[in-house]
Amino acid sequence: MRYIPNAENDWGEMLQAIGFKRLEDLINILPEPLRLKEALDLPSPLAEMELVQHLLSLSEGKKMISFLGAGAYDHFIPAVVDHVLRKSEFYTAYTPYQPEVSQGTLQAIFEFQTLICQLTGMEVANASVYDGASAVAEGVLMAQRLKGRKKCFLARSVHPESRIVTRTYTHPWALELKEIPYTAEGSTDLNALRNQIDGETSAVVLQQPNFFGCLEDLEEAAAIAHAQGALLIVAVVEPLSLALLQPPGLLGADIVVGEGQSFGNALSFGGPYVGFFASKESFLRAMPGRLVGETVDREGRRGFVLAVATREQHIRREKATSNICTNQALCALAVLVYLATLGKEGLKELARINFSKCEYAKKRLGELGRLRFSGPTFNEFVVTLDQDPQFILPKLLQQGIIGGFPLKKFYPEMEREVLVCITEKNSRENIDRWVEVLGNVLKEAK
Amino acid sequence: MNFPKDLNYSKEHEWTKAKDGYALVGITDYAQDKLGSIVFVELPVAGKNFKKGDVLVTVDSVKAVAEVYAPVSGQVEEINESLRDNPELINRDAYGQGWMVKLKMDDPSELSSLLSSEAYQAFVAQEEAKG
Repeated sequence: MRYIPNAENDWGEMLQAIGFKRLEDLINILPEPLRLKEALDLPSPLAEMELVQHLLSLSEGKKMISFLGAGAYDHFIPAVVDHVLRKSEFYTAYTPYQPEVSQGTLQAIFEFQTLICQLTGMEVANASVYDGASAVAEGVLMAQRLKGRKKCFLARSVHPESRIVTRTYTHPWALELKEIPYTAEGSTDLNALRNQIDGETSAVVLQQPNFFGCLEDLEEAAAIAHAQGALLIVAVVEPLSLALLQPPGLLGADIVVGEGQSFGNALSFGGPYVGFFASKESFLRAMPGRLVGETVDREGRRGFVLAVATREQHIRREKATSNICTNQALCALAVLVYLATLGKEGLKELARINFSKCEYAKKRLGELGRLRFSGPTFNEFVVTLDQDPQFILPKLLQQGIIGGFPLKKFYPEMEREVLVCITEKNSRENIDRWVEVLGNVLKEAK
Repeated sequence: MNFPKDLNYSKEHEWTKAKDGYALVGITDYAQDKLGSIVFVELPVAGKNFKKGDVLVTVDSVKAVAEVYAPVSGQVEEINESLRDNPELINRDAYGQGWMVKLKMDDPSELSSLLSSEAYQAFVAQEEAKG
């Protein structure tokens, strides 16, 4: 990114202002022998991420290569994100109840909502919720409020922690939460859903891409859900995928929720992260959480205010749409600054880089016959090892490689499976090294 | 404050206008005045049954949300669709264009438990005196 751009025109204008035609005329007063004739002996310029990685490589301490994803994604965060977050106007601000003194915070939240709508293909988004998992739970509760039905289907390929949180969160409502199995391709078994869904179902929850990294047929799932008068809730845990995939809103989703960590928020050992929540305008009154709206003041100037607050707990008490009426303002701001920095094309390009690198890694492992699922993926996939990952992964770790996430913890049937994530931070050399070390470790373990 | 003679009233500030086994239901002039500008009305679906005292309608004003309770038991025959886009009709004309639901009454004798115009007016005066 060029923060101090000087176009050729600028040079010309500046020279003209001081009475010179060419740059050479300006430096003519320097004696000839003192002038450097050739270009400086410097390596080629680096992008911000490359420069940061170079500086880190010069620093001391153990360097690790990570292939962990599973709901938390290691993306490069441009320095400008933290720079904006550290403005005290943002990080010390509390709930912007008074619009006359909170326009900056309110505008940032409004823009966050707008970008979430654009990415998800939905009509309204709230000011953010705690994290991706509680966003799923809030979506399930909203569907129950709208439909007055107790049954809800959650695909087994939805992030296991989202399902656990949903179970805990909805416990007092005594909902009937049912699971849908996955197929050999790694996507949700929609035939199983079709056979089990009925008129008592309020919602079907799918994750896109799902926990195994595979893509779901949202259009078909929406048709099955809608045929029974149920809603389709789509959870997005790696929102970078939205820059490459069709927005869930265009494929029939009624509620789109997700985790925004991927956009400008550091891994930070698991939090704080930021959930997003989007839906259709006709469901606006049933939505949980805080919303910022655009308006005009009495002089007709554009401004922002908290809107539709009568659904919230401080007014509706026990009848509120959610008992959480706050949001993750600072983390949502990081999302906003990150997205604004990358821009529409930058985000698409980044998504393509993630996809391509992941396809490369899949090809390398596919040659070894180690891919568990055959379905299309974005930047994550499942690898089958010959031995228990409990023995293999520590050996990789000794060589500075965090090899992936063992799935047995949440899927007892996946004793030898490891979930692997590839982002822009994994260079081709690192991917090759990981494949090579993994091959050696597996050979030795035999 | 307006208290039409031909209506029945509840202590929850609903009015009922009964005719041929049906009852039109809305909120009183006093209620709309207390709520302030009404911005949204959540109406029930036609065909649904309500017992006297059930939450029939939810009204959002700029500063509060209020429940409207069914003053008599019955089935929803019709709802005032124009309130979806023009909820302010309740502020403007609480007893006319601001009607909310038409109920087919299960038991018209329930009407006798409601208040007359005079009794409701006295009740409101009492409430106001309490502050």
